[in-house]
Amino acid sequence: MKTVRSAPQPGKPRLTTSAMIASIAAEGQKTKPAPFGHALVDLARSRPDVVGMTADLGKYTDLHIFAKEFPDRYYQMGMAEQLLFGAASGLAAEGFMPFATTYAVFASRRAYDFIHQTIAEEDRNVKIVCALPGLTSGYGPSHQAAEDLALFRAMPNMTIIDPCDAHEIEQLVPEIAAHQGPVYMRLLRGQVPVVLDGYDYRFELGKAKLIRDGKDVLIISSGIMTMRALEAVQVLKNDSVDAAVLHVPTIKPLDAETILREAGKSGRLVVVAENHTTIGGLGEAIAALLMRSGVHPPFRQIALPDEFLDAGALPTLHDRYGISTAEVARQIKLWL
Amino acid sequence: METLTNMPKLADRAYNIRRNALRMGEVQGQGYIAQALDISDVLAVAYFHAMRYRPEDPSWEDRDRFLLSNGHYAIALYAALIEAGIVPEEELETYGSDESRLPMSGMASYTPGMEMSGGSLGLGLSIAVGMGLGLKRKKSDARVYTLFSDGELDEGSVWEAVQSAGHYKLDNLIGIVDVNNQQADGPSTQVMAFEPLVDKLQAFGWFVQRIDGNDLDAVVAAFDAAKSHPEPKPRMIVADTLMGKGVPFLEQREKNHFIRVEQHEWQLALAALEAGRQA
Repeated sequence: MKTVRSAPQPGKPRLTTSAMIASIAAEGQKTKPAPFGHALVDLARSRPDVVGMTADLGKYTDLHIFAKEFPDRYYQMGMAEQLLFGAASGLAAEGFMPFATTYAVFASRRAYDFIHQTIAEEDRNVKIVCALPGLTSGYGPSHQAAEDLALFRAMPNMTIIDPCDAHEIEQLVPEIAAHQGPVYMRLLRGQVPVVLDGYDYRFELGKAKLIRDGKDVLIISSGIMTMRALEAVQVLKNDSVDAAVLHVPTIKPLDAETILREAGKSGRLVVVAENHTTIGGLGEAIAALLMRSGVHPPFRQIALPDEFLDAGALPTLHDRYGISTAEVARQIKLWL
Repeated sequence: METLTNMPKLADRAYNIRRNALRMGEVQGQGYIAQALDISDVLAVAYFHAMRYRPEDPSWEDRDRFLLSNGHYAIALYAALIEAGIVPEEELETYGSDESRLPMSGMASYTPGMEMSGGSLGLGLSIAVGMGLGLKRKKSDARVYTLFSDGELDEGSVWEAVQSAGHYKLDNLIGIVDVNNQQADGPSTQVMAFEPLVDKLQAFGWFVQRIDGNDLDAVVAAFDAAKSHPEPKPRMIVADTLMGKGVPFLEQREKNHFIRVEQHEWQLALAALEAGRQA
């Protein structure tokens, strides 16, 4: 039954809800503007089959960069996500490679059957690129795609990518274009942090990469949680905890070989950190992989709770739900 | 190769499509037979008068595309594909069976000449919009035909596609809506009122014709007009049809959305169809 919240106590200073399209970058962090939009423009120069499509969210998915450069290859489908993905299937059937953008909530929750039937089942070469993955909006459940990975993991034929930063997005756009078949990509848009450039990192589709080795704990993460993990490593260092970070940008198909190799090294706690509900995301995927393979390290999950998340300021919410840097470090210390 | 002089008449094509559908129905003992019978005249005109295709090369680049949005009409489309020589006639007896290329609901990867996976209703027109845009990008003069049912008019996605086809002036898109006034829970007009359909579609920027979908001359004229209409608009043929057309005892059967036919009735149905043809 519906209950209405109590009014807040007066007088206390509070953070305000971030703009829906606010950057997830911290104050002073190195960023790049619209890495997806620019990478797509670069790709499209040599790939005339690339077209861009959106459902009234061109500006909010960085596709406006592409639209400006290639206006005749840009299709505005209006605020109609079912149409967007059905039409993307049709364009793919005619030999084009649509990059179709919207918010993760709308692709996963509203247009699921259209993606399932017209794209995945027919194995159409559509790249589904979605902003606001997981908890990257303070607007409340309408815009918080806490379950997008669970939904798309359950869809045969779908390749799923959860990139960490601008550096990785630039690298992966041509890689997913070279892959024949449907792809769901979680998008970071606007001023996007640059993190992995300092780690000699190269994105490879289907590959997990050890960003940093360490002997006490192995953090396995994807998306922005790899950024958080690398920040938490520094915090943990102060407590003499030596943490490794394994970045898994391809959620499906999972790089079982690398994950089993790293998780199988004895003596380390394994923590999967994901910007997603505990249900059906990277954490459960890895837990099942370890169980099936007879690899049984101590295992913990850092993920969003199975509940409708609050509206509010992102830093507040990331602390509340345990995915801020401080909370990641605090939980790991607790478990060691 | 058939020439104009020895080409079977469209009425014969329609008869053969109905006959193929009844023979497939017999394999299962049940199915969407009444719909197959009602849409056979439209399919005869589409495949033997209006559309450009090569039976030996179902994915020929310059073919006209035919999207079956109402995937449960697959039995009707298979009947037409067999008559068109795209699917071998001997596969007819495999309909709906294990390993068959003719599953009960149409799927793109199973059947030559099947352009989309239907079953979940309301998908076809959205795909058609993308294909129409894609064909224009390629400067192809091929057309996209999309068959859907009056029940699908309940789906919001149909109207998303109708609106966008008008917006993009997709004059290479020809929709055919089968108004047989029957859907799963009863008469379509009672399940969810959709009239005045012609006015609605025209308001969305379409060139619309409403015809008796079981009058071959009217169907031919409608396809001809849809192809030659000069305005840059998508085209819709609203085809009023009679469920079970051609087999009187099926025409009269109530609740004929998904019908069960007794073993002995199939021969009666084929005989009734044949009798109607002689008359």
